[in-house]
Amino acid sequence: MTISARLPGHPEFLWREDEPKASYDVVVVGGGGHGLATAYYLAKNHGITNVAVLEKGWLAGGNMARNTTIIRSNYLWDESAGIYEHSLRLWESLEEELDTQVMFSQRGVLNLAHNLSDIREGKRRVNANQLNGLDAQWLDAQEIGKLVPILDVTDRPRHPVLGGTFQPRAGIAKHDYVAWGFARAAQALGVDIIQHCEVTGFQTSGDRVTGVSTTRGDISFGRLALSAAGHSGVLAGQLGVRLPLQSHPLQALVSELLEQVLDTVVMSNAVHVYVSQAHKGELVMGAGVDAHVGYGQRGSFHVIEEQMAAAVELFPIFARAHVLRTWAGIVDVTPDASPIIGHLPFENAYVNCGWGTGGFKATPGVGSVYADTVAHERPHPLAAPFALDRFTTGRLIDEHGAAAVAH
Amino acid sequence: MSRRLPTGGSRIDRSRPVTITVDGVEVAAYHGDTVASALLAADRPLLSRGIYSGRPRGVMGVGVEDACAYVQVLSGGGEPMVAATTLEVHDGLAVERIAGRGRLPAGDDTTRYDTLYGHAEIAVVGGGLAGLRAAVAAAEDADGARVLILDDGPALGGAAADLPADSAAGRELRDLLTRLDGLEGVTVLTRTTVTGSHGHGRLVALEQRPHGVAKRRLHHVQAVGVVLATGSHERPLVFADNDRPGVMLACAAADYVTRYAVLPGERAVVWTAHDAGLHAAVELADAGTEIVAVLDVRETMAGPLAAALAGRGIALHLGAEVTGTDGSDDESGRLIRVHTTVGSFDVDLLAISGGANPAVELFSHPGGRTRWSDEVAGFVPDVPAPGQVGREVVVGAAAGDQDVVPGWRETLQPPATVFRADAGDPELVFLDPHRDATLADLRRAHAAGLSSVEHVKRFTTIGTGADQGRGFGVLAVGVLAQELGRPIEEVGTTTYRPPYVPLSFALLAGRNRGELSDPVRVSQAHDRVAHAPMEDVGQWKRPWYFPRSTADGLEDLDASVAREVRAVRTGVGMMDASTLGKILLQGADVGVLLDRVYTNLFSTLKVGKVRYGVMCGPDGMVVDDGTTARLSGTDWLMTTTTGNAAAVLDTLEEWHQTEWPGLDIALTSVTDQWAVVAVAGPRSRDVVATLAPQHDWSAEAFGFMDWREAPVAGIPARVLRISFSGELAFELHVPSWYAAALWDAVEEAGAPHGITPYGTETMHVLRAEKGFPIVGQDTDGTVTPHDLGMSWAVSRKKTDFIGMRSLARADARRPDRRQLVGLVPLDGSSRIVEGAQLVAHGADLTAFPVAMAGHVTSAYPSGHDGRPFALALLDGGRDRVGEVLDAVDDLVPLAVRVTGPVSYDEQGARRDG
Amino acid sequence: MLRIPCPHCGERDATEFHYGAAAGVDYPTDPAALTDGEWAAYLFVRANPRGWFRERWFHAAGCRLWFHVERHTVTDQVRTVREGAA
Repeated sequence: MTISARLPGHPEFLWREDEPKASYDVVVVGGGGHGLATAYYLAKNHGITNVAVLEKGWLAGGNMARNTTIIRSNYLWDESAGIYEHSLRLWESLEEELDTQVMFSQRGVLNLAHNLSDIREGKRRVNANQLNGLDAQWLDAQEIGKLVPILDVTDRPRHPVLGGTFQPRAGIAKHDYVAWGFARAAQALGVDIIQHCEVTGFQTSGDRVTGVSTTRGDISFGRLALSAAGHSGVLAGQLGVRLPLQSHPLQALVSELLEQVLDTVVMSNAVHVYVSQAHKGELVMGAGVDAHVGYGQRGSFHVIEEQMAAAVELFPIFARAHVLRTWAGIVDVTPDASPIIGHLPFENAYVNCGWGTGGFKATPGVGSVYADTVAHERPHPLAAPFALDRFTTGRLIDEHGAAAVAH
Repeated sequence: MSRRLPTGGSRIDRSRPVTITVDGVEVAAYHGDTVASALLAADRPLLSRGIYSGRPRGVMGVGVEDACAYVQVLSGGGEPMVAATTLEVHDGLAVERIAGRGRLPAGDDTTRYDTLYGHAEIAVVGGGLAGLRAAVAAAEDADGARVLILDDGPALGGAAADLPADSAAGRELRDLLTRLDGLEGVTVLTRTTVTGSHGHGRLVALEQRPHGVAKRRLHHVQAVGVVLATGSHERPLVFADNDRPGVMLACAAADYVTRYAVLPGERAVVWTAHDAGLHAAVELADAGTEIVAVLDVRETMAGPLAAALAGRGIALHLGAEVTGTDGSDDESGRLIRVHTTVGSFDVDLLAISGGANPAVELFSHPGGRTRWSDEVAGFVPDVPAPGQVGREVVVGAAAGDQDVVPGWRETLQPPATVFRADAGDPELVFLDPHRDATLADLRRAHAAGLSSVEHVKRFTTIGTGADQGRGFGVLAVGVLAQELGRPIEEVGTTTYRPPYVPLSFALLAGRNRGELSDPVRVSQAHDRVAHAPMEDVGQWKRPWYFPRSTADGLEDLDASVAREVRAVRTGVGMMDASTLGKILLQGADVGVLLDRVYTNLFSTLKVGKVRYGVMCGPDGMVVDDGTTARLSGTDWLMTTTTGNAAAVLDTLEEWHQTEWPGLDIALTSVTDQWAVVAVAGPRSRDVVATLAPQHDWSAEAFGFMDWREAPVAGIPARVLRISFSGELAFELHVPSWYAAALWDAVEEAGAPHGITPYGTETMHVLRAEKGFPIVGQDTDGTVTPHDLGMSWAVSRKKTDFIGMRSLARADARRPDRRQLVGLVPLDGSSRIVEGAQLVAHGADLTAFPVAMAGHVTSAYPSGHDGRPFALALLDGGRDRVGEVLDAVDDLVPLAVRVTGPVSYDEQGARRDG
Repeated sequence: MLRIPCPHCGERDATEFHYGAAAGVDYPTDPAALTDGEWAAYLFVRANPRGWFRERWFHAAGCRLWFHVERHTVTDQVRTVREGAA
């Protein structure tokens, strides 16, 4: 019986629960990865330490705890590649930055092409990535077969693998380690972490938002930074702002622990398979997004069945693996599948939302860019293209084509 | 040494001996045994090891509550991580013991897995007494009601099946089963575990069929009402070294006696916190185990169970606890000694029972909330999910009812709640043996600042093992509450998620594999073209090119396409265009609708004419294009791109029904009803004239964008003079059952002219030379009709069409928008690559980022002149004709010159032949 | 499994239907008269509530008719159904 090696442990101390104070310079609403990273960079890069992160449930218990941990930057448009590559670079030094393990494993992400149209779009993206200075490669089916021997690259599958794009520096990380690492580092710099503190309303005065009512009392602030993923629309609604967001259930699942068979992340938009084998040995798979609005953190079972059919088609060896657990998160999706970062129509209020299925990989990147935006009260250059007004001008950043589900 | 008792065993059939292999060694068993019972019978208690610690582990439970005994199946193709306590034996079964991690066997899984869909008025989950009472009542109340009973055991009865036939429970069970037999609408599924409650009365269940053709089936059950009679799971107790082979749950140990006639120990200590443990002690004693001591954490005890123990001379120690265990030094590491507060005992079995956890998983799946009950000493259902109210009831032990077995309640002594956070060396107190997680891990999580049960779960991995916390989950929550000094109800459990037991990927895939994983659509003339290499276009298989055999072998793509292009440009070609989406629009107001959904004007189209149209989304971006023919005053036939037919039909329905329901319009998909053969090339008129000699096909009599009904080779047909190649061309539409006949007739009539079949690739080359875009290839959802140079197709007369307002926005009017252009290689011969990015000529490709001005959307090695050319989207492209750029693929530049999108017959002189 | 009560065909699995987001968003009578901001609001902004939601569904694999459903976006309970979706 083969005995396995343990994963590295956590630091002896992570973070404590703080009591809310009456007032802060900045209140970040949403204690997920983005909110925690934003608070950390506000303190670290901008010296703004009188900051509270308000979380309505348990810290990092939303999409941060529910995603499939894929990290990559190979997006089509310059604006997207810009912010995601900024993030990927931060990932590469995050362990030193936070002085904790995040288990970022740069095992590469492969996006498969199954028809001539996929090939065209894949090459288009690889070429755009290369010219943006990203590590991107086009691989043919034989090369893919060598990279991922368990993938069926013959013409047997209903939708055979004809090639694919590969980003070697992409990979996965351990989401809890990341969230807790940011929380620990932020708190060490003075940030308050407040759990079980649900926002119930805001106080405004003219063009300013002055305070927030919560289940743990009223809190006033200088600046407000929303970072609440699937619940952003609800929060903005409390400010009287309607955002172009729809919140959908997105499911994921995990298998039992298995001996290593897959050391690359494999994604296939065409047949909806996103799979990696995590550090402990479980297969982690993202499923499709339900079409309807849903906040129940429960998805439709048929989505799981369809995904398993596609997975077994591509990876015959997965046939006998078992689904141990399924779950769902709530993803906030914009009309162009790109995020919204920037000012709300108030002098001192900002929003970071609309990441859809792509939020985890952006955690350090958007944290630093959003913190910079809030600190300087103007859009960081990498955030500027993602401002809300693009929906009015029509200057969208349409990432549907290259990443129908932008994991 | 066999531990099989000479008689008894409700689940085994001694007339059917079975031999299985464990780690290569044969083990004798009986039909009905599980791998766990067979190994216990063979006195081989070591079943696995700790994933990280390597510590020996045995069987703790008798069903899905077991947290350790998972094995790798080697036979029958193999399967990782299967619960030994539920895996039934059969001849040839070979398993291997594993340490917390399974192995995926190589090779295809050719097992058949079926998915079944069923409906029921009432679905009863659990066929124990509580479930059977509910089922019988429901079926008797509503005569003929469809009642479905799903039970995970091999037979109905649950716990009552393990009680003597002459007991009150045994008698009631017999009575219920008899009544059930007489009820018409009742269906029973045994060996069927409901794995998920998905809301709105939907259950998903796994049926094991060890002897069926499909070994496993997945059931989707849609029920009006759901009765959850899922029973309870026995809960362990904590102490140091609680994970050795020989430490078992007490009721499970007793169940091994009654179900499998296996005596799990010769000498035993029993430690319990509730009456069921005492009952188990009596059963074990009666079966022949020497019970050296019974420890009960409760301080007082009276009633028949205490008397039964006393009557058997068994010492009952109240307020006593186990403090630790010793194991053997040999490989098995089995239990040899138990240390307690009342002394140490040399035994080979420690039977523990910390209480019963109501099995609330299915209640929780759709969002039901539980509460802690001191009376039950467990979490019980509290508030059902809002969507389940009025649909779902929980009965029996699952609801915390401790009187499921008749006669229990009168004598029941209240259970004790024991969660100790000081149970000895914390590194040796296992709170999830499958994940090797200990009390020490839990304390480390607490010391790190974590207090939420969800955080502690993630920190320690408790509850993430193959049993998903069914074994130790609630116990760990209780210990955490003790550690935090908070009430257990405040700490709560983690969320229960489907599936209740693991489901294999292949089972979930069911029959949707291979060809069936996504339906294949082929044209009605497929027989005639099936020899060609196919291109996948959505679900369609379309002929890609038609290679000919030559002296050098079969032509490759380039050679074949060059020949096919030449044929169409100089002679005549034929193509199966049946996959084109076809929508019949009928009604007085079709013209109004078309004026709104197309960018150009349609209502003025005369009967007998065809018009090309572009469709935008409300955002002004091109979503489809195609032609529409006016068949009559009220009937119109629209064609769409192959991949977009369903979406266009749905869009038309949506606009019609939701915005303009007053319009008199009916929409019908006729894609599959009409087959289409396109005949293209300067000789096409001759071919059509041969096929339909009774009509005048001259340009004067039958002009461009005319259509008419005319029998073609005797087949009723619509003939359309439209062209996607720029050449004189005809589309022949016939009812689809004539598809093959039409294909044959065209081939025959064209033979004198050397008619050449061509595929999608040639069609693309021909249209690209004419600058006709393919929606989805030369557009990507960010392209307006103006960007495509199709301002001519955008009406200036109409006050509105879908997308018009968006085209007036600032960004849509930027002069530097990406626009469709043509490209040719500067050297006249190098091939341009689709997907190449366009940058300034001579740009430094090592100084990132390199500014990109567009990309190549379509590229072909040779057009009519044998030279490579391409289409591209280029920033401000229309004003840049003549400019030289680099098309970069894989960081290799190719100098290209920008041209207009049309590279062939710009004047359109060839369309009349 | 989300079940949608089609007013014509009865309750069916949601897989038979296409989703149409918020109900009651009418195509503007005169798009040209709208500001860019108003037009953008029509194009892109839809209600997205956590709670009861009046939305449109299309029985794509059934009667091919659009209708309104009032559904709770957390619990998936359905309260009212209305024929037609104009």
